[in-house]
Amino acid sequence: MTFMHFFRAFRGIVWRELLRFLQQRERFFAALVRPLIWLIIFAAGFRAALGISIIPPYETYITYDVYITPGLLAMIQLFNGMQSSLSMVYDREMGSMRVLLTTPLPRWFLLVSRLFAGVLVSLFQVYTFLLVAYLCGVELPAWGYLAALPALILTGMMFGALGMLLSSTIKQLENFAGIMNFVIFPMFFASSALYPLWKMREGSLTLYYVCLYNPFTWAVELIRFAFYLKVNWEALGIVAGCTVVFLALSVWAYDPSRGILQRKATAPAAAG
Amino acid sequence: MQKEASKDGSPREPVLSVQDVSYWYGEKRALDDVSFDVYPGKVTALLGPNGAGKSTLFSLITRLFDAPTGRIEIDGRSAAEQGFKALGPLGVVFQQPTLDLDLTVKQNLRYFASLRGLKRKEADERMNRALDALDMKERITEKVRSLNGGHRRRVEIARALLHSPKLLLLDEPTIGLDDPTRAAIVRHIHALASTDNIGVLWATHLFDEIKPEDDLLVLDRGRIVARGEAKTVVAETGAKDLGDAFRLLIRSAGQDVAV
Repeated sequence: MTFMHFFRAFRGIVWRELLRFLQQRERFFAALVRPLIWLIIFAAGFRAALGISIIPPYETYITYDVYITPGLLAMIQLFNGMQSSLSMVYDREMGSMRVLLTTPLPRWFLLVSRLFAGVLVSLFQVYTFLLVAYLCGVELPAWGYLAALPALILTGMMFGALGMLLSSTIKQLENFAGIMNFVIFPMFFASSALYPLWKMREGSLTLYYVCLYNPFTWAVELIRFAFYLKVNWEALGIVAGCTVVFLALSVWAYDPSRGILQRKATAPAAAG
Repeated sequence: MQKEASKDGSPREPVLSVQDVSYWYGEKRALDDVSFDVYPGKVTALLGPNGAGKSTLFSLITRLFDAPTGRIEIDGRSAAEQGFKALGPLGVVFQQPTLDLDLTVKQNLRYFASLRGLKRKEADERMNRALDALDMKERITEKVRSLNGGHRRRVEIARALLHSPKLLLLDEPTIGLDDPTRAAIVRHIHALASTDNIGVLWATHLFDEIKPEDDLLVLDRGRIVARGEAKTVVAETGAKDLGDAFRLLIRSAGQDVAV
């Protein structure tokens, strides 16, 4: 086991994910169309109805489409994380996960490599969306596009790790859609993606606390602040902490002595 | 661990040693104190009916599950102590197809080569050699989805051989294939074992895939009920062929369990 072995394996895993992504053009367009509908239709309607006061990191009044852009970026990454999770469940059902897991490399390394490959795919989607949004008139600070990159990598890791963890609990591909609906939409709506938390607090204190304990809120805030060249330390700590916890649980779940494969072995197909 | 004499008389180390391994799914015992060795250059056939525990055994050897009891060594490395490092000398063809259907043959093999740490040039050379030996070279740029079952199996075998493994595990690799394709794969694997000195553990329930000189393990309800050279096992049971011997062994094991 040499450094070059690790490097080649990492490169191979990333290369395979990119190849698969490029071959799934529908996935790419779906990833773009969904947030664009929010940006172009939803934000246009709400622009007149909602007033966004000056709250950090903003130092002046902003339009609603500028406000929701970080939330839409996080939504792209959340969907991508769930897509990676679907891909892992598919790989497990199709058997190709076995090829990965019988590689003479540590399991945590294989899972992190797979996670990072998913993050790269999500970054490609995020920056394409930002380009289209810019062409639609949504302008963010110029340096923000670069400054947000580390934040986007971290939030992508968190959503990817969450997807990986979910994939370890989903036993059949058919169960995937139902579980995803219980994850994606509650996370997105019960967050600061569409409305600032102070507005939520005015409406419902319970909902405010739900949003406050939702990791998606902190991912959105981390991205939002990063675009304005600021660090929201609280958000950074929570997102980093959630990433570590989700990843550790995923590695645990995929461990041969107690994880999903062990439980899956009770299925008739796996018994020979 | 037993040692077997090689052709020149010196003792040979097994490339796979499974000692006293048991496994349970909840209350149900899937493997019961299983012990055997696989030697380099030999095909060891693991014969058993459906549900005998063959796939469970493969999952334990490949570390998809951890063995709660006993000891598994691959080329002298303990799977429990060395973990993933023990999988280095192992090539596997699973019962379930494991190729990525949306990638080409070449992309699939390159992906696997990278997981095994092979350099691109070296991987391409080995890929061409392995595919050539299996008459698949001209299909290298085709997507796996467009290949038939037999061709997919050949690609999986080529993939399992890319990193020159010392031990090849085949879990019913010919299932669902037509007779000529099955015969070609059986021939190729036997030739490979002797020319490349690879130890092969071949799980099957098809008698015609086993040669008289192959080592044979008969697994039934998680227990090994016979072992030895296939022709010797047949002779010891007094049966006229392997199929008959197998039926006798399974019937007798069933009576033992009933008693």
